[in-house]
Amino acid sequence: MTASLDDPKAARRASRARGLFDPTLTRAAAVRSLVMLRPDVLWKNPVMFVVEVGTVLSIAYTVAKALDPSASLASLGYLVALDVWLVATLLFANFAEALAEARGKAQADALRKTRAATPAFRLRGARALDSVMPADTEQVNSTELREGDVVLVVAGELIPADGEIVEGVASVDESAITGESAPVVREAGGDRSGVTGGTRVLSDRLLVRVTVKPGESFLDKMIALVEGAKRQRTPNEIALGIVLSAFTLVFLLVTVTLWPLAKHAEDYTGTAGLGTDVPTLVALLVCLIPTTIGALLAAIGIAGMDRALRANIVAKSGKAVEVAGDIDTLLLDKTGTITFGNRRAARFVPFGEFSATEVGRLAALASTADDTPEGKSIVELYRKQPGAARVDAPTGAAFVPFSAHTRMSGVDLPTGERIRKGATDAVLKYARAANGVIPTGVEEHVRAAAERGATPLLVCAGNRVAGMVVLEDVLKPGIRERFERLRAMGLRTVMVTGDNPLTAKFIAEAAGVDDFIAEATPEAKLAYIRAEQAAGKLVAMMGDGTNDAPALAQADVGVAMNSGTQAAKEAGNMVDLDSDPTKLIEVVEVGKQLLMTRGALTTFSIANDVAKYFAIVPALFAGTLPHLKALDFMHLASPTSAILSAVIFNALVIPLLIPIALKGVTYRPVGADALLRRNLFVWGLGGLIAPFVGIKLIDLALAALGLA
Amino acid sequence: MWFVPVFVIASSVSLAVPLGRYMARVLDRDGPRSALERVLHTGPQNWKRYCFSLLAFNAVAFAVGFAVLAFQHHLPLNPDGKGALAPSTVFNTAASFLTNTNLQHYAGEVHLSYFSQVFFICWKQFVGPAIGLAALLALLRGLRGDEHMGNFYVDVWRGTVFVFLPLSLIVALALVAAGVPMTLEGAAKVTTLEGGEQTIARGPVAAIEAIKQLGTNGGGFFGTNSAHPFENPSALTNLIECASILLVPMACVVMFGRVLRAPRQAAVIFGTMLLFLVAFTAWGVFTDARPNPALKGAPVADAVNLEGKELRFGPSAGPTWAAATTCTSNGSVNCMHDSLNPLAGLSPLAGMWLNCAFGGVGVGLINFVVYLIVAVFFAGLMVGRTPEYLGKKVEAREMKLAMLALLIHPLLILAPTGLAAVSDWGTGAQNNPGAHGLSELLYEFTSASANNGSGFEGLADTVGTAADAADPEKADAVRRATNWDLSTGLTMLFGRFVPIIAPLALAAALAGKKRTPFTAGTLRTDMLTFALILVGTIVLVGALLFLPAAALGPVAEHLQLAAR
Repeated sequence: MTASLDDPKAARRASRARGLFDPTLTRAAAVRSLVMLRPDVLWKNPVMFVVEVGTVLSIAYTVAKALDPSASLASLGYLVALDVWLVATLLFANFAEALAEARGKAQADALRKTRAATPAFRLRGARALDSVMPADTEQVNSTELREGDVVLVVAGELIPADGEIVEGVASVDESAITGESAPVVREAGGDRSGVTGGTRVLSDRLLVRVTVKPGESFLDKMIALVEGAKRQRTPNEIALGIVLSAFTLVFLLVTVTLWPLAKHAEDYTGTAGLGTDVPTLVALLVCLIPTTIGALLAAIGIAGMDRALRANIVAKSGKAVEVAGDIDTLLLDKTGTITFGNRRAARFVPFGEFSATEVGRLAALASTADDTPEGKSIVELYRKQPGAARVDAPTGAAFVPFSAHTRMSGVDLPTGERIRKGATDAVLKYARAANGVIPTGVEEHVRAAAERGATPLLVCAGNRVAGMVVLEDVLKPGIRERFERLRAMGLRTVMVTGDNPLTAKFIAEAAGVDDFIAEATPEAKLAYIRAEQAAGKLVAMMGDGTNDAPALAQADVGVAMNSGTQAAKEAGNMVDLDSDPTKLIEVVEVGKQLLMTRGALTTFSIANDVAKYFAIVPALFAGTLPHLKALDFMHLASPTSAILSAVIFNALVIPLLIPIALKGVTYRPVGADALLRRNLFVWGLGGLIAPFVGIKLIDLALAALGLA
Repeated sequence: MWFVPVFVIASSVSLAVPLGRYMARVLDRDGPRSALERVLHTGPQNWKRYCFSLLAFNAVAFAVGFAVLAFQHHLPLNPDGKGALAPSTVFNTAASFLTNTNLQHYAGEVHLSYFSQVFFICWKQFVGPAIGLAALLALLRGLRGDEHMGNFYVDVWRGTVFVFLPLSLIVALALVAAGVPMTLEGAAKVTTLEGGEQTIARGPVAAIEAIKQLGTNGGGFFGTNSAHPFENPSALTNLIECASILLVPMACVVMFGRVLRAPRQAAVIFGTMLLFLVAFTAWGVFTDARPNPALKGAPVADAVNLEGKELRFGPSAGPTWAAATTCTSNGSVNCMHDSLNPLAGLSPLAGMWLNCAFGGVGVGLINFVVYLIVAVFFAGLMVGRTPEYLGKKVEAREMKLAMLALLIHPLLILAPTGLAAVSDWGTGAQNNPGAHGLSELLYEFTSASANNGSGFEGLADTVGTAADAADPEKADAVRRATNWDLSTGLTMLFGRFVPIIAPLALAAALAGKKRTPFTAGTLRTDMLTFALILVGTIVLVGALLFLPAAALGPVAEHLQLAAR
């Protein structure tokens, strides 16, 4: 379904490749960060609002100093520098959020463009299927289709939009949606008349009436939701917001009560110092409150949605992304996730006097014109047989394509030999009809293969049943290791398959999943999810069909495939545009990364305070209690330089951490313990040490510039 | 030098383990077990009803206590004819003993009758810690996910009768055997060798002494507390009393492990608490084992700081006791904290700032759980999951309550200290000028908010009797002391009940949640890594807030003295 999407995909890729500080986005964000200084906007971020109030206070004191030099002990230059960096702190914080917003918007715009490209052949007037000629149709973009349009879809083409078959019967490969590897038959009238955009017609041709309006597709609505709607804060973000507000209050208390304590010291020493200088106390406050995380919190949330979008997942809410990090159980469809979407030829079983290579040659001949993955896999397998020759059907051979009626395909050679391969009962019927020989034991072989979860095809040369091709599910390479990793992350994997329990067990063991649901009906899935949830687990699943909708709605994270039905998409809380079943794993990682980034930056922000205390507190009392200089481990140049350095460090750390906020802290699929140790080391210890180094360097720079 | 601290900590740890198991067994039983319990049992309570019962009980206890103190001159058992107390003293004392603080703005042997000592002080000293224990039990039931938090009245009853009465009996008998007086006779009048008359105060000391130590009470029979030779006659009684300080708070953590069936979780908590206790003890002993910096260059022996110490206990007994009594919110003293070296004085301050290194009976662990929830929140995020503790998700409501419980303590310390530092009632009551004076203010409010009750001493914060209050010559001092009575009284009340109620609501919120199964992706709260995070959180969140105040108080004093 992706073949014809090349151009818009390239556009998407381009938008994804955009650097973190893409000039266009940066400019827009810079302008927006000025607008966001408005108190009514900033009010929503209590940490930064406190910074703003403090900044205004500091500016007021600066003005007073400018008008009356005796108003303050501190020099005017120092006060102005303080004001500038306080404003910079605010702007940096606004910029982080604005940039994240701009990137999200750019993504959504690019996404819209991808929805343009499946070609469709719209019928010019009402025609019967048999009489439709190519000239009766016009080629249009799938996006131009209106509700009620009738399109012609022939074998090999993608169905351009959701619709209903008006006329015709065809086999359709819906594996991208249903996960079923075997093609299904769709025909006009009755239950099987619905077709889904993005599925491929394998044989025959169909007239389909479109049933959705353009631009009102589910996805369009969702993209609008993602970019337009006011961003709802997620539960964890709210909790963290409370913690940050509380910390702000605590440090406000520390700073406000420092004034009388400093006054007390000034009274008994009879001196004056910066300890009672309001702008300096504002500086202390701004350094102590968690401005780093306060500034980046919104950006982290937006970037989480954005990262999901970059993985081609549209999340209906930030909450869904966040919940993904908590998932305990993953329901994975067997087909497409654990095994390749289609069955592949695994071996040839000869009957009677035939050899395996001969059976392979016959099967390959019968498949030379077969474009289906199964057909190709037969040819491939034959090539690997010992003594295999090139398979080229001689000139004059007539190919018999697979049809839903005959359920066989094959070739009629010029020699008159007819080779057929197909469903066992169809081939047996065909051979019997030609008075053919049916070797003994065929049925046992067929049953044995079926029991192992394989699909047997019979090959027939003339009227003799020559052998059997066994089609098997092939595990995706590295899938075992992947499940190992998921286990390390603490996730249980459950394979969902329509296969019988025996087959399912066989594949489940081979793939290394923790559990499986065999002969999975939508009800079975729903029941499984409910049972898991009753045990306190959070469940993620991916689904497509209408009958998956209840399970998708029940799951904590329900990812609907874009190729799935409307009902499925509405039931889930995310839509995967690629309809790639392995996405579930990525979704979980994005969720975890989102929470981790918040935790890491909060830890960093608070750990920073140690160094700031040791920079500022001695500086505050340099005039009053000079002995406290002993606390100044960093040996900063002067009290004002110490305070300025701390404020500058505090401001600069925000833009320096924007990339981390937007890209997220690196997530490694290791256990919680290892992850915690690593993050604690990097962000906890790093947060402790970095400001000591940073403040000292800034202080050295200020001293070198003669500003200290 | 290290014998006393090592012996005290080691013996209390080893006794706390069996005691904690015993406590879990007798306290956490379902339903009433005796006729009396059936009367007390008002049915299972949710957190609101539990807190309501707790508050109602305390309100009544406050009123009764207030009445006993206010009318002591009309009540019996007053052989020495102690007079009426000043109203502000009554308020402060009633609040102080209600909240398990035992801050004493009076001197027991001067101001209180035996009736007040026994039926107010001693009664409150039994019931106060039992209330703390009850609150802890309710919290644990919440964490365990119980539907109800038990019954407050039954919990208090059991705590009093099964834990504090038998323990006190044992310790009191040991103290009597070691020479602590136990009598209801009035003060002894003796003629000294020089022929002078001396009044020697005495009374039911041993009974009060035992529960004073065991119940993290700290309010002594005598004004000088356990430095008084009748409260604490020898090195042996000192060891017994000092270990008694730590015993029940430590046993609470063991009980936590038993009740929640999570011994490893309890071990992490115990280890973290022990680390702080050992660190503060070691810091105190170490920094006090040097001469006071003020004596540098003076012609005195270059020895340990002996000022304000009772030499019969040995020099390290003072700072050891100081650390134990402040880590646990006990508040009894066996030396003058005011006379500790400035840096050594930091140790009791820090112990009270954290107020969770074992902490008060029941409430110390409750405080610790609040820090733990905050640590879980940070650590949980860092492993990429919604933070969870014991399988329960920690979300907005829980954090709101945790932050409330966490905020109240610095608020109650820093705000009034700041106010006092620039008010006449604050600075005028200081005994020393400068940084040391600030330490006195800071210590007083820290002690009140932590419900500790120990005094740095030196502050003129005692009004005393009604007669003193009416004395026009003392008008200024009385006015200031009245302010101290009121401000610390309110501080103690808020410092007691907010940090109990908010965590109970938090535990109830957790109890109502579904338990998430443990997976490899779950944050483990029973590992060394988490213990590290706990230590970091407690230091960063609990202690750093007080760095500016510490810098202006003890640290400034030390540096000033050292620079001389």
